[in-house]
Order: sequence, then C-alpha cells, then structure tokens
Amino acid sequence: MAKLHVTTTINGEPTEFLCEPHHTMLDVLRDTLDLTGSKEGCGSGDCGACSITLDDRLVCSCLMLAAEAEGHEIKTIEGMADGDKLHPLQQKFLEMAALQCGICTPGVLVAADALLKKNPNPSETEVRYWLAGNLCRCTGYDKIVRAVLETAAEMRGAAE
Amino acid sequence: MTEIQYVAPSTLDEAISAYAAASGAARIMAGGTDLLVQMRSGMVKPGLIVDIKKVAELNAIEQTPEGGFRIGAAVPGAVLEEHPTFGKVWPGVLEGLNLIGSTQVQGRASAGGNLCNGSPAADSVPALVAAGAIANIKGPNGTRELPVEKVPAGPGKTNLAPGEILVSFTFPARPKGSSDAYLRMIPRTEMDIAVVGCGVSLTMEGDTCTAARVSLGAVAPTVLLVEDAAKALIGSKLDDAALEKAAAACSAACNPINDKRGTIAYRTKVAGVLLKRTTAIAADRAKGG
Ligand SMILES: Cc1cc2nc3c(=O)[nH]c(=O)nc-3n(C[C@H](O)[C@H](O)[C@H](O)COP(=O)(O)OP(=O)(O)OC[C@H]3O[C@@H](n4cnc5c(N)ncnc54)[C@H](O)[C@@H]3O)c2cc1C
Ligand code: FES
Ligand code: FES
Repeated sequence: MAKLHVTTTINGEPTEFLCEPHHTMLDVLRDTLDLTGSKEGCGSGDCGACSITLDDRLVCSCLMLAAEAEGHEIKTIEGMADGDKLHPLQQKFLEMAALQCGICTPGVLVAADALLKKNPNPSETEVRYWLAGNLCRCTGYDKIVRAVLETAAEMRGAAE
Repeated sequence: MTEIQYVAPSTLDEAISAYAAASGAARIMAGGTDLLVQMRSGMVKPGLIVDIKKVAELNAIEQTPEGGFRIGAAVPGAVLEEHPTFGKVWPGVLEGLNLIGSTQVQGRASAGGNLCNGSPAADSVPALVAAGAIANIKGPNGTRELPVEKVPAGPGKTNLAPGEILVSFTFPARPKGSSDAYLRMIPRTEMDIAVVGCGVSLTMEGDTCTAARVSLGAVAPTVLLVEDAAKALIGSKLDDAALEKAAAACSAACNPINDKRGTIAYRTKVAGVLLKRTTAIAADRAKGG
C-alpha cells in the first residue's frame, strides 16, 4: 500500500513525512521524526501524556491521524524552550519539584501552556479542570497545580 | 492492522461519493475520539476513513434566517464554546457537549460524532433532543431531516442509511423566556460516563411553564424523549406536584441496564431526581434571560 506524503509545520519548521493511513500523529512524532518528548501512556485519550497543539488547539496526538497534519501547524514539547532557555513553566516545574518520574510532564506542560495562553489568570479550579485529562501517578497533582498558578502569577508580573 | 485508506475531501458531495462507493467498509471521521479508540482496540476495522473536517458545511456555525442556529455536525466542543452567542441561547446544549472528556478531547469531539457513535450515554444527545434540534442528513439519494431523537437505533446503531452523512443540526428560534440545561450523574467529578443524563428545555411566561421538552440518557438502549414528563410541566408553575409528576414520568420511561456503574433501581430513581434538578436550572435561566 502506498504511503501518504504529508507536508506540515512542526514547532515552526516546515516538515514532510511519509506515513501509513492508520498511523497516529504520536506514532509519527516518536517513531519517524524522533520527537520522543510526547509520551504514550494509554493510546486512548485518557492520560494526556501525548498532548500537542494542532493549530494552537490542545489535542491528544494519539487520537489524531498523522495524515490529518497536512497543511496544519503542530507544536510539541520540543518547541517549548527557547533554545537553552527554559520556558517559565519548565523552570517553575523544576524549582517546585512538580514532577517525579516525569512521564506525564511533557503533556502537562503542553496543556498548561495552552491554558495560560487562553487564560493568563486562571483560578485553582480552572487549572484543575483544564488539566483533568492529564494523569499523573506520582505527584498527587498539588505540586503541578501550584507550579502552574505560580508561573501564571510570575508571567503576569513580567508582562506588566 | 489491515490496509486502510484515508481521504479528506473538501466538498460534501465528494465525501458522500467516497463514503457511498466504499459501501459499508468506510467510516466517517469527525474528531476521531470514538473512532480511533475503537480502531485501536480492534472493535472496528474500516477499509476507508473519510475525514470530514475539510468540508465547509460540516464545520460551520451559522444563524438561520428564522433566527435559530445551524451547527455543523463536526464542530468540536471547544470551538462551539468560543462562539459569542450560541451558549447564551442554548446553555444546556453547550454544557452537554462540553462535558465530553478532557480539554484535549474537547478540542476534537463533535456533537455529530457523539450522536452517530450511538452510545445511550452520549452526553450531548439528551440536550439536543430536549432542544428539539433537527438532524440534517445527506446521502447519495439526496437530503432529509430527522428529529435528533429519531437518529439513534440502539447501542452503536443509527437510522442513517448506507452512504448517508449527518451534515448539521438546526436549532429553532427561541421565544422570550426560554432556556435549557443538562445534568448527568457520575460517580466522579470529571472524565466519566453518565449513569443517568437529563436534558430539559423550557419556555416560561412569568412563573408559568408554557413549553417544555425533556430527554433522558443512559437509562434505555437509546436516548429518550419523555413526552409525559414535558406534559406534566407544561401549564404548571413548576410547583412540587408538577415536578413529582414529571419525575415519576421519567422513572416510568426508564428501561436501563444493570451494571457495576448503576443498578436498575438506582438509575430509575436518579432519573426522577435529575429531572427536578435540571428543570430548576433551566427555569432559573429562562427567567433570567
Ligand atoms: C478520554 C475520553 C473521554 C470521553 N468522555 C466522554 C463523555 O464524558 N461523554 C460522552 O458522551 N462521550 C465521551 N467520549 C466519547 C467521544 O469523545 C464522544 O462520543 C465524541 O462526541 C465523539 O465525537 P467525534 O467527533 O470524536 O466522533 P468520531 O470518533 O469522529 O465519530 C464517532 C462515530 O460517529 C460516526 N460519525 C461521526 N460523524 C459523523 C457524521 N457527520 N455522519 C455520519 N457518521 C458520523 C463515525 O463514523 C464514528 O462511528 C470520550 C472519549 C474519550 C477518548
Ligand atoms: S497516550 Fe494519548 S492520551 Fe494517553
Ligand atoms: S511525575 Fe510520574 S506520572 Fe507524573
């Protein structure tokens, strides 16, 4: 069967790849493009470890066909830091130890970034609901939620 | 996995011809949040996936000349939520759709997919039924309209004919003093499947209810329109006697499954309780707006 040729943009870079029609975006990111930051926790939309944005909208890359990327813009965890300079969320997660094993972390960071772009001043409840689709077995969530709220406050301060 | 083909046509007619030509081996894909999970588990093995997200009619949000709305079947919940007026007129429909899954799932999941997947517990469907939404359908033999409650045929089944695609939902214009609400009972606070779902749409003139539609999810093989419950509400001031009667009608309409998530007795009782709570919210909104 002929492979599909897909032309897309990933983290700002024009990118082309070949894929099978049934390949998910997560399959191609990890196995074809070596962008292994996005993790596969479940493959069924439940855990959020594979979170990416598609035209700036947060989605699970395990619930998106790679072929759908044609003509669209994908952003992954690999595009979050500015070269060697960590994104404020990444920096704060380190400072506040908002991770243990780290498997959920790329997805949480991508999701939290999408939240802060939409709502720079979320309440704790809003953070918890927004991140309800990002499962973490280790932290008990409190440190994650606090790190997101702290980052939001800091970024608002910096923007003033 | 077996060999699959993928097409993403840009017109409705191309989508219909591709879908109809594959006769049964093809699957429509809107957000894919049901389809891709089912493919991964081996439950469905389509030979062709027809991605409808590039078809304009399926992704539009429009006001109709009659003063209602037409919403493309593939519009994701997160997109509908950002619309400036839809959620003000139909807060219940929006809350049903926005209960589906996580933020990530919301970015993709559509009302059309929720309906066509055919789950009796689909969260947007009772609200669509209560709203009196019409499903606009197009297939190889032309177009037709069905009230939303006539679309599901049983768990995982719809009354769409082979080759037919659900194009959009039409919502009627709202008289003054109208609103709606959707509530579901789940054991958790997020990310769960409804044990009972209830949609109520009302028109109030002062304290009197002049029009009502009531729908229940997860209590029968399909989502139900409960006309007896609506009759009990219409003409009343939504007093205790009317609410008791409507709640009893809801419980009587139930024909649920017995499973670890909810027994028959529990689901039947909760249907009545939810009717009262949902009606109170819808009435409050109707009086406020
Ligand atoms: C983590 C997770 C949580 C979820 N939580 C909920 C929940 O709380 N409540 C709930 O109700 N659901 C839930 N779901 C199920 C699912 O997200 C919803 O049913 C969603 O609305 C499906 O929409 P979709 O656009 O993704 O459909 P798709 O997966 O694209 O399609 C679903 C089915 O409908 C068919 N179809 C789709 N569009 C059309 C059309 N226009 N014409 C004809 N056929 C069509 C497809 O062929 C397929 O069989 C959840 C799913 C996941 C993965
Ligand atoms: S791997 Fe995609 S949600 Fe779990
Ligand atoms: S840090 Fe281990 S799963 Fe979240």
